[in-house]
Amino acid sequence: MKSVVKQEVLALNGDEAVAYAAKQSDVDVVAAYPITPQTIIVEKFSEYVANGEVETEFVCTESEHSALTACLAAAVTGARTFTASASAGLALMHEMLFVTSGCRAPVVMAIANRALSAPLNIHGDQSDTMVERDSGWIQIYAESVQEVYDSMIQAFRIGENLEVLLPVIVGLDGFTLSHSLENVNVLPDDVAKKFVGIRQLPNVLTHEGKTLPFKLDPENPMSMGPVAFPNYYTEFKRQQEEAMKNALKIIPQVHEEYAQISGRHYGDGLLDAYCLDDAEIATVCLGSTAGTVKTVVDELRAEGVKAGLLRIRTFRPLPMEGIIKALENVKAVAVMDKSMSFGGQGGPVFHEVRHVLYDVLAHPYVVNYIYGLGGRDTSLEQIREIYGDLQKILQTKRVEEPIRYVGLRE
Amino acid sequence: MTTKEKSWKEISPAGVCWKSSTQFFTGDWKTYTPIRDPEKCTRCLLCVLFCPDGAIHWQKEKGDIEFDLNFCKGCGICANECPTKAIEMKMV
Amino acid sequence: MQSEWKFTAKDIAEKPDLFMPGHRACAGCAPATVMRLIMKAVRGPTIVTNATGCMEVVSSIYPYTSWATPWLHTAFENVAANASGIGTALKIMKKKGRIKQQQIDIIALAGDGGTYDIGIQALSGAVERGHDFLFVLYDNEAYMNTGIQRSGGTPYGASTTTSQAGTVVPGKLEQKKPIADIMVAHNMPYVATASPYYWRDLIEKVRKGIEVNGPAFLHVFAPCPRGWRSDPAKSIELSRLAVETCIFPLWEAVNGEYVLSTPSKVLALAPQKKKPVKEYLQVQGRFRHLFTPKFEKMLDEIQQITDAKWQRLLKKCGITQPTKTA
Repeated sequence: MKSVVKQEVLALNGDEAVAYAAKQSDVDVVAAYPITPQTIIVEKFSEYVANGEVETEFVCTESEHSALTACLAAAVTGARTFTASASAGLALMHEMLFVTSGCRAPVVMAIANRALSAPLNIHGDQSDTMVERDSGWIQIYAESVQEVYDSMIQAFRIGENLEVLLPVIVGLDGFTLSHSLENVNVLPDDVAKKFVGIRQLPNVLTHEGKTLPFKLDPENPMSMGPVAFPNYYTEFKRQQEEAMKNALKIIPQVHEEYAQISGRHYGDGLLDAYCLDDAEIATVCLGSTAGTVKTVVDELRAEGVKAGLLRIRTFRPLPMEGIIKALENVKAVAVMDKSMSFGGQGGPVFHEVRHVLYDVLAHPYVVNYIYGLGGRDTSLEQIREIYGDLQKILQTKRVEEPIRYVGLRE
Repeated sequence: MTTKEKSWKEISPAGVCWKSSTQFFTGDWKTYTPIRDPEKCTRCLLCVLFCPDGAIHWQKEKGDIEFDLNFCKGCGICANECPTKAIEMKMV
Repeated sequence: MQSEWKFTAKDIAEKPDLFMPGHRACAGCAPATVMRLIMKAVRGPTIVTNATGCMEVVSSIYPYTSWATPWLHTAFENVAANASGIGTALKIMKKKGRIKQQQIDIIALAGDGGTYDIGIQALSGAVERGHDFLFVLYDNEAYMNTGIQRSGGTPYGASTTTSQAGTVVPGKLEQKKPIADIMVAHNMPYVATASPYYWRDLIEKVRKGIEVNGPAFLHVFAPCPRGWRSDPAKSIELSRLAVETCIFPLWEAVNGEYVLSTPSKVLALAPQKKKPVKEYLQVQGRFRHLFTPKFEKMLDEIQQITDAKWQRLLKKCGITQPTKTA
């Protein structure tokens, strides 16, 4: 059991924490394009480059699509790569997200979660990454700036693991985390560098009949990114799904290893359960909102209400077993969605939690609260109301409205 | 020419190709085949350079041109470009 | 600008094909010939990256590949971004001592689809950033792989599936985008045009593009018998006619200075050798409608536009033609 290392405390906002973590992770290539509220990440990184603080090539591409492309191309050349985006930028990269996961390139990307247009909105909600949940990327959402920093360093190890080989998104709420200053405990440079280690490459069979490390290397030629007809395409997709399954195992392992060094746990790495052991009513949410909810849960508990919270830290792969276990005694669940799925009868997280609980015989009432769209603030009172609604459901044994909008002016 | 297709567990990740296309004969596409008159041929090698399929080879040891009909699609570029009209395209 | 590499046809013929046989291109595909010739110009360790398109699809049908060099395809519009990523990775990995200190050349290949239109953003960006790579455009003048739809490179009057020649509209009404001139305006070290019939000129230009430090752009004319409705046997001949009619002149721009290449220079100095555009247009089905009474006026138009462009090019190359006699 490793001992916790001495860590320096720096005042960093979410974006700065991302850049700092990337600086310490021996990244080879960063290709990025600025977009609010991620701009501080690229600016900070440029500062590091200008002062010779990183041994990293920084490419200012002409669009996000090219940014992810350049990262992918660099990754399959053998480099460790990182990029960042948000909202419309992530949407522009959409095509390439699938290509990146299909090419099994472990690119790490920080997303300063921001609402999608139209109308234009620069503030934080989770619609940008939710819409990419089918893309084959691992998705980890942070609650605090500290967790942003910790998750970034873990992300390289998770993605590069030979049983995983998937790209990773680390989500931090736009402005709420990206621009909020916190005291962040940072690992010493050498400890962080040692933790991320040297990137290992899988071995692949090439057209010369040789089994070689997967990279573009004139000494060992191989062709990547072919066209796969219906006779083979499905098999590749099955492989990606297997990688996601393996990630469910690897993410907690990496999280635990990191916790031994840092002294910080976020649940088991997949889920962060708060006061759920004997909870009767609970909310489920992602990201920084959990902080606000925890305050309300504490207040309710002091009043004798058996309230709890399940924060989903790893959204992809979806920790199905963990969610079932965490909510096993809960009788009414409010899933909070900071995004929408138009026409889908509820938000994306709501869909997923309901699906997870379907097979549980005595499953709880599950209702949906759409909140915080376009960066609208959610207050302690509003969250209290949600718990109040859950209590009412248990009393009346009826769900009046399965889907509600927090703070919507009717 | 079909081989049994591999399972998802057998293939390498990321879709790296594991067969050279030289194992895929496209020669059966042709409806015309090139016939070269070695007397008229000046070994200018234009046919070797222009063939889209690399199906014409300059055999250094033999000092002569050879057609690899396994890959010739019968397009007729060689016959069309030959300065001495040494190649004729005959129906297969 | 000269390369020190001297070669004979035999030298080229004896070099192994790095674009290997067994690809699934159509019979008579000039782009396939262009691929072979480009790869003959390779000088050492080379990584090739390809945009989605005919040459990419025919050469990489899983599990087969026609590429003897390391090869990457990701998407349609971003081959220049691929090249940027590869080059940057090699640079930093060499710096960190993770790979050998050796020159590795990067060639990005794209059709007119992946260059003129959807690909121009990434291309312009990569060139502006000054990455060291050669971008080769194999121009068959339409989106051939998806079924012969018009592109920015489709010439005036050509019939494609999305710019059809019908009873009312005579094919594409817009002019061919001057992509090579656009690239010259990027202040690139080397831009050139080439045509496979002039194989020596093409190979020399590929080599120069590879050797130059920084981005280089090569626009190669590559007839498609399928899309042009022409005889597969005549694909290379068409690539000659295009030059002889001055529809596709051959030139280089070294640091922005235009230099006419020999096959076109010959025509500049002996204008009587220049062929009328009709000779080139009449052997292609895609221009068939121009030979009907309703649209035959366009033939003169095309001749005039071609002549005007030719004169402008001569001016840029600093060539004054001998005055016509009578």
